[in-house]
Amino acid sequence: MAYIELKNVSKSFGSGKDRTQVLSNINLEIEEGEFVAIVGFTGSGKTTLINLISGLIQPDEGQVLFKGEPVNGPSHERGVIFQNYSLLPWLNVRNNVGMAVKEAFKKMTKRDRNNRVENYVDMVNLLPAINKKPKELSGGMRQRVSVTRALSMSPEVILMDEPLSALDALTRGNLQQEILKIWNKDKKTALLITNDVDEGILMADRIIPLKPGPKATLGPEYKINLERPRDKTALNHNDEYKKLRNSIMEYLIQIGEQRASKKETNYVLPEIKPLIKPATFRRMSFR
Amino acid sequence: MKDRSIHILNFVGLGFFEPAIRLATGEEVKKNLIGLFKKILLPILSISLFLILWHSGAAYLYNVEKSARIEKALSDRGETAALEMKTCIESGDVSCQPNTLPSPAQVWMAYKSLLADHRIITEKKAAFAEKVATTNAKREAQGLSLIEYTGRPSFVDQILTSLKTVFAGFLLALFIAVPIGIMLGLSPTLRSSVNWLIQIFKPVSPVVWLLLVFMIVKTLTRGSDADSAFIISFISVGLCSMWATLVNTSMGVSSVDKDYINVAKVLQLNVGQKVFKIILPSSFPLIFTGLRITLSVAWMVLIAIELLAQSPGLGSFVWEEFQNGANDSNSKIIVAMFVIGIIGFLLDRIMLTIQKFVTFTEETA
Repeated sequence: MAYIELKNVSKSFGSGKDRTQVLSNINLEIEEGEFVAIVGFTGSGKTTLINLISGLIQPDEGQVLFKGEPVNGPSHERGVIFQNYSLLPWLNVRNNVGMAVKEAFKKMTKRDRNNRVENYVDMVNLLPAINKKPKELSGGMRQRVSVTRALSMSPEVILMDEPLSALDALTRGNLQQEILKIWNKDKKTALLITNDVDEGILMADRIIPLKPGPKATLGPEYKINLERPRDKTALNHNDEYKKLRNSIMEYLIQIGEQRASKKETNYVLPEIKPLIKPATFRRMSFR
Repeated sequence: MKDRSIHILNFVGLGFFEPAIRLATGEEVKKNLIGLFKKILLPILSISLFLILWHSGAAYLYNVEKSARIEKALSDRGETAALEMKTCIESGDVSCQPNTLPSPAQVWMAYKSLLADHRIITEKKAAFAEKVATTNAKREAQGLSLIEYTGRPSFVDQILTSLKTVFAGFLLALFIAVPIGIMLGLSPTLRSSVNWLIQIFKPVSPVVWLLLVFMIVKTLTRGSDADSAFIISFISVGLCSMWATLVNTSMGVSSVDKDYINVAKVLQLNVGQKVFKIILPSSFPLIFTGLRITLSVAWMVLIAIELLAQSPGLGSFVWEEFQNGANDSNSKIIVAMFVIGIIGFLLDRIMLTIQKFVTFTEETA
């Protein structure tokens, strides 16, 4: 039995004529301790997939199973790192993280909670900024806080919804390493959603492309057997990495083209004839 | 010290003094001189222009009124009467002054006479208090009501009464509108069921509110010696002004960023925590915008309501002066107008400062 299992999951949004099926027939199995990356185009339903696994939304058809039990709602066991950080702007870093710790460990004493918050903030090197509000932090720092908030609850699974896509390349590289370092420490199960194939290869054990929506389904999976810890610069000269990268890119480009060609045929242009009324123009002119 | 005072000034919305402070310490002279010119000299210039326009306008109106009076005397009572009228007006005699828009100088004089009047009344009050001190002490010992000063209130007293009324009304609006707004914001069902009520009552004029409150309070306070004029006016002020807060609060609460709601869900907060830790803090900016509008509306309608309800305050001061028709009544009305405007401005600044204290400002980037 897999740790996380999605069985024939479909999800639609809207109603009536506007109803679109975002995800259709998704089947996914993630083993305990595995790091899985899902790559896909923007708008292909990646966030919907994460929300389904975290329990924020429920599938229309099929089942989401976590440790064999169906997922009915969010739980502390599945920590989520949101794409847009979602820090509470009126709380400082300490309280943003502290709120999560307080909820996850209700019986802990106040002092232990404080220590835990400080330890986790220290883990991402933000101790000097612990009393600052989110608006005083840079994008990278904010995402670090968001990572800390998710991890401080000691979840069994970390769900990451494009956590690094809004950051610049340098910060992105640093945070990738930081997340990997933390993941390496206690080998938690992790699911990373990304639009960056390189990021996926660098971080994950397995990459699964998500075909673009509507009616998105998962593509064939790619195992990554590169040794850890992986070094970004060294990887660039690794033949296996190059091969893997090329085949995934090729696949993505191919399905991208399919979508583009499909779209073209869908458009039916209305017949429009130019409407010329010289009288109107004359009336509008200034006298 | 310097940075601190600049920070405080900016915080309370008096940031236009910043160049002056920077200039005083000799910092970036050219840049701060331009700043000084833009932020202080230009406003002074526009104020002077306003005063000049006002003065010449008043002078024109004065002349129109004056010649009309002389002509009327001429047609009614003949040439000698007209001449008499002319000399009378030019001598500055109080009895025959043209009644029209007062000039800035007259208004300034009226302002000073109002202050002098206030000083005299304060002295009278102090003397009265001294005189009845022993009697009052006796009466208090016997459990009787104290003898109070019942003389005419001064202009400053009227201002204080008005402020008292407006704060009472504002607090009433706050305690009614914010809780109801939160409830409406949380429950779409409740919102759609009472929406018609809000939409109908929101545009109702202050005068009608006053009459409605009058009907109810008159009956309720029958037989008691409560100050019904005060009660009527502060309740009407509260009812007129609470709508902005009500609507803003329910909008703020109902439109909390979905991300924050997701955070609440992922952290598995219970309903109370969700309301107090996520929904309320994130809707604070909108609630406070509503409260600011409420306070300024309250101050605005207060004058009209006092005027109608005959409860003491600036509104009744204006009305009494208008009825009075004394030589300097018009000037006193203009003084009241400026006082009302300046106090309204200060109230708004106070609210803005409080708002900055308790709310976060979200960065757009």
